[in-house]
Amino acid sequence: MTRRDASRWHPAEYAFWALPIVAYFVFPDHLALLAQIAIAALFAVSLDLILGYAGIVSLGHAAFFGIGAYAAGLLAQAGWGDPVLGLACATLAAAVTGFATSFLVLRGADLTRLMVTLGVASMLYVLANKLTDITGGLDGLQGVEMKPIFGQFAFDLYGKTAYVYCTIILFVMFWIARRVVHSPFGLSLQGIRQNAVRMPALGTPVNARLVAVYTLGAAYAGIAGALLTQTTQFVSIDVFSFSRSAEVLLILVLGGIGSLYGGILGAVVFMTVHEYLSGIDPLYWQFWLGLLLIVVVLFARGGIMGTLRLASKVRA
Amino acid sequence: MTYALQTRNLFKRFGGFLATNDVTLNVAEGARHALIGPNGAGKTTLINLLTGFLEPTSGSVILKNEDVTRQPQHRRVKRGLARTFQINRLFADMTALQSVILAVNERRGIAGHWWRPVSAHGEAIDDAASLLSQLGLLEVAHVPTKDLPYGKQRLIEIALALAAQPSVLLLDEPAAGVPTGESRELFETIARLPREVTVLLIEHDMDLVFRFADRISVLVAGALLTEDVPDMIAADPRVREVYLGDAGHG
Repeated sequence: MTRRDASRWHPAEYAFWALPIVAYFVFPDHLALLAQIAIAALFAVSLDLILGYAGIVSLGHAAFFGIGAYAAGLLAQAGWGDPVLGLACATLAAAVTGFATSFLVLRGADLTRLMVTLGVASMLYVLANKLTDITGGLDGLQGVEMKPIFGQFAFDLYGKTAYVYCTIILFVMFWIARRVVHSPFGLSLQGIRQNAVRMPALGTPVNARLVAVYTLGAAYAGIAGALLTQTTQFVSIDVFSFSRSAEVLLILVLGGIGSLYGGILGAVVFMTVHEYLSGIDPLYWQFWLGLLLIVVVLFARGGIMGTLRLASKVRA
Repeated sequence: MTYALQTRNLFKRFGGFLATNDVTLNVAEGARHALIGPNGAGKTTLINLLTGFLEPTSGSVILKNEDVTRQPQHRRVKRGLARTFQINRLFADMTALQSVILAVNERRGIAGHWWRPVSAHGEAIDDAASLLSQLGLLEVAHVPTKDLPYGKQRLIEIALALAAQPSVLLLDEPAAGVPTGESRELFETIARLPREVTVLLIEHDMDLVFRFADRISVLVAGALLTEDVPDMIAADPRVREVYLGDAGHG
Protein backbone atom coordinates (compact mmCIF):
# COMPACT_ATOMS: atom_id res chain seq x y z
CA MET A 1 0.00 0.00 0.00
CA THR A 2 2.26 2.78 -1.21
CA ARG A 3 -0.11 5.69 -1.09
CA ARG A 4 0.35 9.06 0.45
CA ASP A 5 -1.15 9.02 3.90
CA ALA A 6 -3.58 11.96 4.05
CA SER A 7 -3.10 12.30 7.80
CA ARG A 8 0.55 13.32 7.24
CA TRP A 9 1.19 17.02 6.68
CA HIS A 10 1.66 17.96 3.04
CA PRO A 11 4.48 20.45 2.23
CA ALA A 12 1.86 22.88 0.92
CA GLU A 13 0.28 22.91 4.36
CA TYR A 14 3.48 24.08 6.03
CA ALA A 15 3.71 26.83 3.43
CA PHE A 16 0.08 27.76 4.07
CA TRP A 17 0.62 28.21 7.78
CA ALA A 18 3.63 30.44 7.15
CA LEU A 19 1.27 32.94 5.52
CA PRO A 20 -0.25 34.30 8.76
CA ILE A 21 3.28 35.08 9.95
CA VAL A 22 4.12 36.82 6.68
CA ALA A 23 0.83 38.72 6.84
CA TYR A 24 1.73 40.09 10.27
CA PHE A 25 4.76 41.87 8.81
CA VAL A 26 3.33 42.78 5.42
CA PHE A 27 0.03 44.26 6.64
CA PRO A 28 0.83 45.87 10.00
CA ASP A 29 -1.98 48.39 9.46
CA HIS A 30 -4.64 45.74 8.87
CA LEU A 31 -4.15 43.54 11.92
CA ALA A 32 -7.68 44.18 13.18
CA LEU A 33 -9.11 42.92 9.89
CA LEU A 34 -6.74 39.94 9.91
CA ALA A 35 -7.93 39.01 13.41
CA GLN A 36 -11.52 39.16 12.15
CA ILE A 37 -10.53 36.87 9.29
CA ALA A 38 -9.02 34.37 11.73
CA ILE A 39 -12.25 34.39 13.76
CA ALA A 40 -14.41 33.92 10.66
CA ALA A 41 -12.07 31.12 9.58
CA LEU A 42 -12.45 29.29 12.89
CA PHE A 43 -16.21 29.72 12.69
CA ALA A 44 -16.19 28.27 9.16
CA VAL A 45 -14.02 25.33 10.31
CA SER A 46 -16.58 24.64 13.04
CA LEU A 47 -19.37 24.49 10.45
CA ASP A 48 -17.21 22.32 8.20
CA LEU A 49 -16.94 19.72 10.98
CA ILE A 50 -20.68 19.21 11.05
CA LEU A 51 -21.58 19.98 7.42
CA GLY A 52 -18.51 18.98 5.45
CA TYR A 53 -17.75 15.82 7.37
CA ALA A 54 -20.99 14.65 8.96
CA GLY A 55 -23.34 16.16 6.37
CA ILE A 56 -25.57 18.03 8.86
CA VAL A 57 -26.89 21.17 7.17
CA SER A 58 -27.38 24.16 9.43
CA LEU A 59 -28.83 27.62 8.96
CA GLY A 60 -28.44 28.44 12.63
CA HIS A 61 -24.82 27.85 13.46
CA ALA A 62 -24.63 31.39 14.89
CA ALA A 63 -26.49 30.00 17.92
CA PHE A 64 -23.25 28.56 19.26
CA PHE A 65 -21.12 31.48 18.10
CA GLY A 66 -23.46 33.74 20.07
CA ILE A 67 -23.46 31.56 23.17
CA GLY A 68 -19.66 31.65 23.16
CA ALA A 69 -19.62 35.39 22.59
CA TYR A 70 -22.03 36.14 25.45
CA ALA A 71 -20.41 33.62 27.80
CA ALA A 72 -17.01 35.26 27.37
CA GLY A 73 -18.56 38.73 27.57
CA LEU A 74 -20.61 38.13 30.71
CA LEU A 75 -17.66 36.50 32.43
CA ALA A 76 -15.39 39.46 31.64
CA GLN A 77 -18.10 41.91 32.66
CA ALA A 78 -18.33 40.15 36.01
CA GLY A 79 -14.63 40.73 36.54
CA TRP A 80 -13.28 37.43 35.28
CA GLY A 81 -11.45 39.01 32.37
CA ASP A 82 -8.78 36.39 31.89
CA PRO A 83 -8.97 35.54 28.14
CA VAL A 84 -7.99 31.88 28.45
CA LEU A 85 -10.49 31.29 31.24
CA GLY A 86 -13.08 33.07 29.08
CA LEU A 87 -12.33 30.78 26.15
CA ALA A 88 -12.64 27.70 28.32
CA CYS A 89 -16.01 28.76 29.75
CA ALA A 90 -17.33 29.84 26.33
CA THR A 91 -16.30 26.48 24.86
CA LEU A 92 -18.09 24.64 27.63
CA ALA A 93 -21.25 26.76 27.36
CA ALA A 94 -21.43 26.30 23.60
CA ALA A 95 -20.71 22.57 23.87
CA VAL A 96 -23.50 22.09 26.42
CA THR A 97 -25.92 24.03 24.17
CA GLY A 98 -24.77 21.99 21.17
CA PHE A 99 -25.23 18.73 23.03
CA ALA A 100 -28.70 19.70 24.25
CA THR A 101 -29.91 20.76 20.79
CA SER A 102 -28.17 17.95 18.91
CA PHE A 103 -31.07 15.64 19.62
CA LEU A 104 -33.31 17.92 17.57
CA VAL A 105 -31.21 17.55 14.43
CA LEU A 106 -30.88 13.75 14.59
CA ARG A 107 -34.29 13.14 13.16
CA GLY A 108 -35.46 14.31 9.82
CA ALA A 109 -33.96 15.16 6.48
CA ASP A 110 -31.98 18.19 5.36
CA LEU A 111 -34.98 20.48 5.15
CA THR A 112 -36.07 19.62 8.70
CA ARG A 113 -32.55 20.25 9.93
CA LEU A 114 -32.44 23.66 8.22
CA MET A 115 -35.66 24.63 9.95
CA VAL A 116 -34.67 23.28 13.35
CA THR A 117 -31.24 24.94 13.38
CA LEU A 118 -32.75 28.18 12.12
CA GLY A 119 -35.39 27.96 14.85
CA VAL A 120 -32.89 27.40 17.65
CA ALA A 121 -30.79 30.40 16.58
CA SER A 122 -33.78 32.72 16.27
CA MET A 123 -35.08 31.65 19.69
CA LEU A 124 -31.71 32.55 21.20
CA TYR A 125 -31.75 35.88 19.36
CA VAL A 126 -35.15 36.74 20.84
CA LEU A 127 -34.03 35.56 24.25
CA ALA A 128 -30.93 37.78 24.13
CA ASN A 129 -33.13 40.68 23.07
CA LYS A 130 -35.61 40.02 25.88
CA LEU A 131 -33.13 39.57 28.73
CA THR A 132 -32.00 43.19 28.53
CA ASP A 133 -30.78 43.23 32.15
CA ILE A 134 -28.23 40.56 31.41
CA THR A 135 -27.37 41.02 27.74
CA GLY A 136 -27.98 44.71 27.19
CA GLY A 137 -30.50 43.77 24.52
CA LEU A 138 -30.18 45.67 21.25
CA ASP A 139 -27.60 48.04 22.76
CA GLY A 140 -25.22 45.16 23.19
CA LEU A 141 -23.18 44.04 26.14
CA GLN A 142 -21.03 46.86 27.50
CA GLY A 143 -18.23 46.92 30.02
CA VAL A 144 -16.36 43.90 28.74
CA GLU A 145 -12.84 44.43 30.02
CA MET A 146 -10.17 41.94 29.13
CA LYS A 147 -7.11 41.29 31.24
CA PRO A 148 -3.73 40.61 29.61
CA ILE A 149 -3.30 37.07 28.25
CA PHE A 150 -1.47 34.98 30.89
CA GLY A 151 -1.16 38.29 32.78
CA GLN A 152 1.54 39.27 30.26
CA PHE A 153 0.18 40.31 26.89
CA ALA A 154 -2.32 43.16 27.04
CA PHE A 155 -4.65 43.82 24.09
CA ASP A 156 -3.25 46.88 22.28
CA LEU A 157 -4.81 49.55 20.07
CA TYR A 158 -3.11 48.27 16.91
CA GLY A 159 -4.57 44.82 17.35
CA LYS A 160 -1.18 43.09 17.46
CA THR A 161 -1.98 40.98 20.50
CA ALA A 162 -5.47 40.28 19.21
CA TYR A 163 -4.14 39.08 15.86
CA VAL A 164 -1.46 36.83 17.32
CA TYR A 165 -3.90 35.46 19.90
CA CYS A 166 -6.63 34.68 17.34
CA THR A 167 -4.18 33.14 14.90
CA ILE A 168 -2.64 30.87 17.52
CA ILE A 169 -6.06 29.71 18.70
CA LEU A 170 -7.12 29.16 15.09
CA PHE A 171 -4.02 27.10 14.43
CA VAL A 172 -4.34 24.97 17.57
CA MET A 173 -8.04 24.32 16.96
CA PHE A 174 -7.37 23.57 13.31
CA TRP A 175 -4.65 21.11 14.28
CA ILE A 176 -7.03 19.30 16.64
CA ALA A 177 -9.81 19.26 14.02
CA ARG A 178 -7.37 17.90 11.47
CA ARG A 179 -6.51 15.01 13.79
CA VAL A 180 -10.19 14.32 14.44
CA VAL A 181 -11.17 14.18 10.76
CA HIS A 182 -8.34 11.76 9.95
CA SER A 183 -9.15 9.47 12.86
CA PRO A 184 -11.45 6.43 12.69
CA PHE A 185 -14.16 8.69 14.14
CA GLY A 186 -13.66 11.11 11.23
CA LEU A 187 -13.86 8.25 8.73
CA SER A 188 -17.11 7.05 10.27
CA LEU A 189 -18.54 10.58 9.93
CA GLN A 190 -17.75 10.50 6.23
CA GLY A 191 -19.45 7.13 6.08
CA ILE A 192 -22.55 8.64 7.66
CA ARG A 193 -22.52 11.54 5.19
CA GLN A 194 -22.11 9.27 2.18
CA ASN A 195 -24.58 6.57 3.21
CA ALA A 196 -26.37 7.00 6.50
CA VAL A 197 -28.61 4.00 5.79
CA ARG A 198 -25.71 1.60 5.46
CA MET A 199 -23.88 2.61 8.62
CA PRO A 200 -26.11 0.88 11.21
CA ALA A 201 -25.65 -2.33 9.20
CA LEU A 202 -21.92 -2.04 9.86
CA GLY A 203 -22.62 -1.77 13.59
CA THR A 204 -22.33 2.02 13.80
CA PRO A 205 -24.34 3.86 16.45
CA VAL A 206 -25.10 6.68 14.02
CA ASN A 207 -26.94 8.94 16.44
CA ALA A 208 -24.17 8.82 19.04
CA ARG A 209 -21.63 9.84 16.40
CA LEU A 210 -23.81 12.72 15.20
CA VAL A 211 -24.36 13.97 18.75
CA ALA A 212 -20.59 13.90 19.32
CA VAL A 213 -19.71 15.85 16.19
CA TYR A 214 -22.54 18.36 16.62
CA THR A 215 -21.32 19.04 20.15
CA LEU A 216 -17.77 19.42 18.89
CA GLY A 217 -18.83 21.79 16.10
CA ALA A 218 -20.80 23.85 18.61
CA ALA A 219 -17.79 24.07 20.93
CA TYR A 220 -15.63 25.30 18.05
CA ALA A 221 -18.21 27.94 17.11
CA GLY A 222 -18.29 29.02 20.77
CA ILE A 223 -14.55 29.62 20.73
CA ALA A 224 -14.88 31.76 17.60
CA GLY A 225 -17.64 33.78 19.29
CA ALA A 226 -15.55 34.24 22.43
CA LEU A 227 -12.61 35.48 20.36
CA LEU A 228 -14.83 38.11 18.77
CA THR A 229 -15.96 39.32 22.20
CA GLN A 230 -12.47 39.39 23.62
CA THR A 231 -10.86 41.20 20.69
CA THR A 232 -13.61 43.80 20.32
CA GLN A 233 -14.49 43.99 24.05
CA PHE A 234 -18.14 44.22 23.16
CA VAL A 235 -21.00 41.85 22.33
CA SER A 236 -23.58 42.88 19.77
CA ILE A 237 -26.84 40.96 19.59
CA ASP A 238 -26.14 40.20 15.95
CA VAL A 239 -23.85 37.38 17.07
CA PHE A 240 -27.09 35.37 17.03
CA SER A 241 -28.42 36.87 13.79
CA PHE A 242 -29.57 34.93 10.77
CA SER A 243 -27.14 36.84 8.58
CA ARG A 244 -24.24 35.52 10.63
CA SER A 245 -25.44 31.94 10.17
CA ALA A 246 -25.93 32.52 6.46
CA GLU A 247 -22.57 34.27 6.09
CA VAL A 248 -20.58 31.40 7.59
CA LEU A 249 -22.37 29.01 5.23
CA LEU A 250 -21.45 31.26 2.28
CA ILE A 251 -17.84 31.41 3.43
CA LEU A 252 -17.66 27.64 3.68
CA VAL A 253 -19.28 27.01 0.31
CA LEU A 254 -17.06 29.65 -1.28
CA GLY A 255 -13.94 28.01 0.14
CA GLY A 256 -15.11 24.45 -0.36
CA ILE A 257 -16.67 22.07 2.15
CA GLY A 258 -15.10 18.98 3.64
CA SER A 259 -11.43 19.93 3.67
CA LEU A 260 -11.04 22.22 6.74
CA TYR A 261 -8.80 24.48 4.61
CA GLY A 262 -11.79 25.51 2.52
CA GLY A 263 -13.30 27.36 5.47
CA ILE A 264 -10.07 29.27 6.08
CA LEU A 265 -9.56 30.17 2.42
CA GLY A 266 -13.21 31.14 2.15
CA ALA A 267 -12.87 33.45 5.14
CA VAL A 268 -9.75 35.11 3.72
CA VAL A 269 -11.34 35.73 0.32
CA PHE A 270 -14.80 36.68 1.61
CA MET A 271 -13.57 39.11 4.25
CA THR A 272 -10.96 40.67 1.98
CA VAL A 273 -13.38 41.12 -0.91
CA HIS A 274 -16.00 42.42 1.52
CA GLU A 275 -13.54 45.00 2.88
CA TYR A 276 -12.28 45.99 -0.55
CA LEU A 277 -15.67 46.24 -2.22
CA SER A 278 -17.30 48.14 0.60
CA GLY A 279 -14.38 50.57 0.33
CA ILE A 280 -14.70 51.26 -3.39
CA ASP A 281 -18.45 50.92 -3.71
CA PRO A 282 -20.07 51.62 -0.32
CA LEU A 283 -23.59 51.49 -1.75
CA TYR A 284 -23.60 48.47 -4.03
CA TRP A 285 -20.81 46.25 -2.70
CA GLN A 286 -23.26 43.51 -1.80
CA PHE A 287 -24.22 43.28 -5.46
CA TRP A 288 -20.65 42.47 -6.46
CA LEU A 289 -20.23 40.05 -3.56
CA GLY A 290 -23.37 38.24 -4.65
CA LEU A 291 -22.10 38.07 -8.20
CA LEU A 292 -18.81 36.57 -7.01
CA LEU A 293 -20.62 33.90 -5.01
CA ILE A 294 -22.83 32.93 -7.94
CA VAL A 295 -19.83 32.67 -10.26
CA VAL A 296 -17.93 30.51 -7.77
CA VAL A 297 -20.84 28.18 -7.07
CA LEU A 298 -21.70 27.77 -10.76
CA PHE A 299 -18.26 27.56 -12.29
CA ALA A 300 -15.87 26.45 -9.59
CA ARG A 301 -17.34 23.26 -8.20
CA GLY A 302 -15.98 22.47 -4.76
CA GLY A 303 -15.22 26.16 -4.17
CA ILE A 304 -11.69 27.51 -3.94
CA MET A 305 -10.32 24.23 -2.56
CA GLY A 306 -11.97 22.24 -5.33
CA THR A 307 -10.44 24.52 -7.94
CA LEU A 308 -7.00 24.33 -6.34
CA ARG A 309 -7.20 20.53 -6.23
CA LEU A 310 -8.24 20.40 -9.87
CA ALA A 311 -5.39 22.74 -10.84
CA SER A 312 -2.80 20.64 -9.00
CA LYS A 313 -4.12 17.47 -10.67
CA VAL A 314 -4.00 19.02 -14.13
CA ARG A 315 -0.39 20.05 -13.60
CA ALA A 316 0.57 16.61 -12.25
CA MET B 1 -31.02 -28.62 17.53
CA THR B 2 -29.78 -25.14 18.34
CA TYR B 3 -30.93 -22.23 16.24
CA ALA B 4 -28.87 -19.25 15.17
CA LEU B 5 -31.84 -17.16 14.21
CA GLN B 6 -35.57 -17.55 14.83
CA THR B 7 -38.77 -15.60 14.44
CA ARG B 8 -41.97 -16.21 16.34
CA ASN B 9 -45.31 -15.25 14.82
CA LEU B 10 -43.83 -12.28 13.04
CA PHE B 11 -46.23 -9.81 11.46
CA LYS B 12 -45.52 -6.63 9.49
CA ARG B 13 -48.34 -4.46 8.28
CA PHE B 14 -47.92 -1.44 5.98
CA GLY B 15 -51.26 0.33 6.20
CA GLY B 16 -53.73 -2.20 4.81
CA PHE B 17 -51.03 -4.42 3.31
CA LEU B 18 -49.79 -7.44 5.25
CA ALA B 19 -46.18 -7.85 4.11
CA THR B 20 -45.25 -10.46 6.70
CA ASN B 21 -47.98 -12.81 7.82
CA ASP B 22 -47.35 -14.93 10.92
CA VAL B 23 -43.85 -16.06 10.02
CA THR B 24 -42.22 -18.52 12.40
CA LEU B 25 -38.83 -19.31 10.94
CA ASN B 26 -36.02 -21.39 12.44
CA VAL B 27 -32.55 -21.17 10.99
CA ALA B 28 -30.24 -23.83 12.39
CA GLU B 29 -26.73 -23.02 13.48
CA GLY B 30 -24.30 -23.49 10.62
CA ALA B 31 -27.11 -23.89 8.10
CA ARG B 32 -27.06 -22.85 4.47
CA HIS B 33 -30.66 -21.79 4.46
CA ALA B 34 -32.36 -20.29 1.42
CA LEU B 35 -35.49 -18.18 1.37
CA ILE B 36 -37.32 -18.33 -1.95
CA GLY B 37 -40.63 -17.12 -3.25
CA PRO B 38 -42.15 -15.12 -6.10
CA ASN B 39 -41.63 -11.37 -6.44
CA GLY B 40 -43.47 -9.42 -3.78
CA ALA B 41 -43.59 -12.40 -1.40
CA GLY B 42 -41.99 -10.26 1.31
CA LYS B 43 -38.50 -11.77 1.36
CA THR B 44 -36.65 -8.47 1.70
CA THR B 45 -39.19 -7.25 4.26
CA LEU B 46 -38.41 -10.34 6.32
CA ILE B 47 -34.67 -9.64 6.12
CA ASN B 48 -35.36 -6.05 7.16
CA LEU B 49 -37.31 -7.30 10.17
CA LEU B 50 -34.53 -9.72 11.12
CA THR B 51 -31.86 -7.01 11.02
CA GLY B 52 -33.91 -4.33 12.73
CA PHE B 53 -34.06 -2.12 9.63
CA LEU B 54 -37.85 -2.38 10.14
CA GLU B 55 -39.78 -2.91 13.34
CA PRO B 56 -42.38 -5.70 13.30
CA THR B 57 -46.04 -4.96 13.97
CA SER B 58 -45.99 -7.93 16.33
CA GLY B 59 -44.02 -11.09 17.02
CA SER B 60 -40.40 -11.50 17.94
CA VAL B 61 -36.93 -12.02 16.51
CA ILE B 62 -34.54 -14.27 18.41
CA LEU B 63 -30.82 -14.19 17.72
CA LYS B 64 -28.85 -17.00 19.36
CA ASN B 65 -31.52 -17.57 22.01
CA GLU B 66 -31.80 -13.88 22.83
CA ASP B 67 -34.82 -11.76 22.03
CA VAL B 68 -33.53 -8.85 19.93
CA THR B 69 -36.90 -7.59 18.67
CA ARG B 70 -36.44 -4.18 20.30
CA GLN B 71 -32.73 -3.84 19.63
CA PRO B 72 -31.53 -1.34 17.05
CA GLN B 73 -29.64 -2.57 13.99
CA HIS B 74 -26.17 -1.71 15.20
CA ARG B 75 -26.61 -3.76 18.41
CA ARG B 76 -27.65 -6.80 16.41
CA VAL B 77 -24.55 -6.40 14.25
CA LYS B 78 -22.43 -6.37 17.42
CA ARG B 79 -24.12 -9.67 18.35
CA GLY B 80 -23.00 -11.22 15.10
CA LEU B 81 -25.81 -10.54 12.62
CA ALA B 82 -24.67 -8.97 9.35
CA ARG B 83 -26.37 -8.46 6.02
CA THR B 84 -25.90 -7.40 2.43
CA PHE B 85 -28.40 -5.28 0.52
CA GLN B 86 -30.23 -6.26 -2.64
CA ILE B 87 -29.40 -2.86 -4.10
CA ASN B 88 -25.84 -1.75 -3.34
CA ARG B 89 -25.58 0.62 -0.42
CA LEU B 90 -21.99 1.69 -0.60
CA PHE B 91 -19.77 4.70 0.05
CA ALA B 92 -19.41 6.19 -3.41
CA ASP B 93 -16.45 8.47 -2.75
CA MET B 94 -14.47 6.04 -0.61
CA THR B 95 -12.03 3.53 -2.02
CA ALA B 96 -12.69 -0.17 -1.54
CA LEU B 97 -10.01 -0.23 1.16
CA GLN B 98 -11.42 2.77 3.03
CA SER B 99 -14.93 1.29 3.01
CA VAL B 100 -13.76 -2.01 4.41
CA ILE B 101 -11.51 -0.31 7.00
CA LEU B 102 -14.59 1.62 8.09
CA ALA B 103 -16.45 -1.65 8.66
CA VAL B 104 -13.48 -3.38 10.31
CA ASN B 105 -12.98 -0.42 12.68
CA GLU B 106 -16.56 -0.79 13.80
CA ARG B 107 -16.14 -4.50 14.56
CA ARG B 108 -12.85 -3.88 16.40
CA GLY B 109 -14.56 -1.23 18.50
CA ILE B 110 -12.16 1.52 17.45
CA ALA B 111 -14.46 3.43 15.09
CA GLY B 112 -15.11 6.03 17.78
CA HIS B 113 -11.41 6.73 18.37
CA TRP B 114 -10.88 10.35 17.53
CA TRP B 115 -7.21 11.16 18.03
CA ARG B 116 -4.81 8.74 16.33
CA PRO B 117 -5.15 8.65 12.54
CA VAL B 118 -6.82 5.77 10.72
CA SER B 119 -3.42 4.90 9.25
CA ALA B 120 -2.00 4.32 12.75
CA HIS B 121 -4.43 1.46 13.40
CA GLY B 122 -2.36 -1.12 11.56
CA GLU B 123 -4.25 -4.24 12.57
CA ALA B 124 -7.52 -2.93 11.18
CA ILE B 125 -5.81 -2.10 7.89
CA ASP B 126 -4.30 -5.59 7.73
CA ASP B 127 -7.71 -7.13 8.39
CA ALA B 128 -9.27 -5.04 5.64
CA ALA B 129 -6.49 -5.85 3.16
CA SER B 130 -6.75 -9.58 3.79
CA LEU B 131 -10.51 -9.46 3.30
CA LEU B 132 -10.02 -7.59 0.01
CA SER B 133 -7.53 -10.17 -1.17
CA GLN B 134 -9.93 -12.98 -0.20
CA LEU B 135 -12.54 -11.41 -2.48
CA GLY B 136 -10.08 -10.61 -5.25
CA LEU B 137 -10.42 -6.88 -4.71
CA LEU B 138 -6.84 -6.10 -3.73
CA GLU B 139 -5.83 -4.71 -7.13
CA VAL B 140 -8.68 -2.20 -7.01
CA ALA B 141 -8.21 -1.38 -3.31
CA HIS B 142 -7.42 2.28 -4.04
CA VAL B 143 -10.07 2.92 -6.67
CA PRO B 144 -13.07 4.99 -5.53
CA THR B 145 -16.14 2.77 -5.29
CA LYS B 146 -18.12 4.84 -7.80
CA ASP B 147 -15.48 4.15 -10.49
CA LEU B 148 -15.64 0.36 -10.10
CA PRO B 149 -17.65 -1.97 -12.36
CA TYR B 150 -20.90 -3.30 -10.91
CA GLY B 151 -19.54 -6.79 -10.24
CA LYS B 152 -16.73 -5.39 -8.11
CA GLN B 153 -19.13 -3.11 -6.25
CA ARG B 154 -21.22 -6.17 -5.48
CA LEU B 155 -18.14 -7.78 -3.92
CA ILE B 156 -17.56 -4.69 -1.75
CA GLU B 157 -21.16 -5.04 -0.61
CA ILE B 158 -20.27 -8.55 0.59
CA ALA B 159 -16.88 -7.48 1.99
CA LEU B 160 -18.63 -4.91 4.18
CA ALA B 161 -20.83 -7.61 5.67
CA LEU B 162 -17.94 -10.05 6.16
CA ALA B 163 -15.86 -7.34 7.84
CA ALA B 164 -18.19 -7.65 10.81
CA GLN B 165 -17.09 -11.31 11.12
CA PRO B 166 -20.72 -12.32 11.53
CA SER B 167 -21.90 -15.60 12.97
CA VAL B 168 -25.14 -15.14 11.03
CA LEU B 169 -24.98 -13.69 7.52
CA LEU B 170 -28.06 -12.57 5.60
CA LEU B 171 -27.52 -12.30 1.86
CA ASP B 172 -30.24 -10.47 -0.06
CA GLU B 173 -29.81 -11.55 -3.68
CA PRO B 174 -26.03 -11.21 -3.63
CA ALA B 175 -25.72 -12.05 -7.33
CA ALA B 176 -28.41 -9.62 -8.52
CA GLY B 177 -27.17 -7.80 -11.60
CA VAL B 178 -23.88 -9.67 -11.70
CA PRO B 179 -22.94 -11.36 -15.00
CA THR B 180 -23.31 -15.18 -14.86
CA GLY B 181 -19.59 -15.97 -14.91
CA GLU B 182 -18.92 -13.59 -12.05
CA SER B 183 -21.89 -14.80 -10.03
CA ARG B 184 -20.40 -18.35 -9.94
CA GLU B 185 -17.21 -16.82 -8.55
CA LEU B 186 -19.21 -14.89 -6.03
CA PHE B 187 -20.97 -18.01 -4.85
CA GLU B 188 -17.72 -19.89 -4.57
CA THR B 189 -16.57 -17.14 -2.20
CA ILE B 190 -19.73 -17.53 -0.16
CA ALA B 191 -19.42 -21.33 -0.20
CA ARG B 192 -15.90 -21.03 1.20
CA LEU B 193 -17.17 -19.31 4.37
CA PRO B 194 -16.39 -21.33 7.48
CA ARG B 195 -19.13 -23.74 8.50
CA GLU B 196 -19.68 -21.94 11.83
CA VAL B 197 -21.16 -19.05 9.91
CA THR B 198 -24.89 -19.49 9.44
CA VAL B 199 -26.08 -18.20 6.08
CA LEU B 200 -29.61 -17.16 5.17
CA LEU B 201 -29.85 -16.47 1.46
CA ILE B 202 -32.44 -14.85 -0.77
CA GLU B 203 -31.85 -15.75 -4.39
CA HIS B 204 -33.81 -15.94 -7.63
CA ASP B 205 -31.50 -18.26 -9.52
CA MET B 206 -32.89 -21.69 -8.62
CA ASP B 207 -29.77 -23.50 -9.89
CA LEU B 208 -27.68 -21.61 -7.38
CA VAL B 209 -30.19 -22.13 -4.60
CA PHE B 210 -30.42 -25.88 -5.06
CA ARG B 211 -26.65 -26.28 -5.26
CA PHE B 212 -25.91 -24.09 -2.29
CA ALA B 213 -28.69 -24.58 0.26
CA ASP B 214 -29.23 -27.49 2.64
CA ARG B 215 -32.57 -26.12 3.75
CA ILE B 216 -35.17 -24.05 1.89
CA SER B 217 -38.13 -22.01 3.09
CA VAL B 218 -40.76 -20.88 0.61
CA LEU B 219 -42.46 -17.56 1.24
CA VAL B 220 -45.71 -16.70 -0.56
CA ALA B 221 -47.72 -13.53 0.01
CA GLY B 222 -45.91 -12.81 3.27
CA ALA B 223 -46.53 -16.25 4.78
CA LEU B 224 -44.36 -19.37 4.95
CA LEU B 225 -45.73 -21.99 2.57
CA THR B 226 -43.34 -24.75 3.52
CA GLU B 227 -39.83 -25.51 4.69
CA ASP B 228 -37.74 -28.58 3.88
CA VAL B 229 -34.57 -30.01 2.36
CA PRO B 230 -34.00 -29.05 -1.32
CA ASP B 231 -35.11 -32.41 -2.78
CA MET B 232 -38.46 -32.31 -1.03
CA ILE B 233 -38.99 -28.67 -2.02
CA ALA B 234 -38.23 -29.50 -5.65
CA ALA B 235 -40.81 -32.30 -5.53
CA ASP B 236 -43.49 -30.29 -3.72
CA PRO B 237 -46.42 -29.66 -6.09
CA ARG B 238 -47.47 -26.51 -4.19
CA VAL B 239 -44.05 -24.96 -4.78
CA ARG B 240 -44.19 -25.88 -8.45
CA GLU B 241 -47.59 -24.29 -8.68
CA VAL B 242 -46.38 -21.05 -7.11
CA TYR B 243 -43.47 -20.85 -9.50
CA LEU B 244 -45.31 -22.06 -12.61
CA GLY B 245 -48.21 -19.78 -11.86
CA ASP B 246 -45.71 -16.93 -11.71
CA ALA B 247 -43.27 -18.30 -14.27
CA GLY B 248 -42.71 -14.95 -15.89
CA HIS B 249 -41.06 -13.55 -12.77
CA GLY B 250 -39.61 -16.71 -11.20
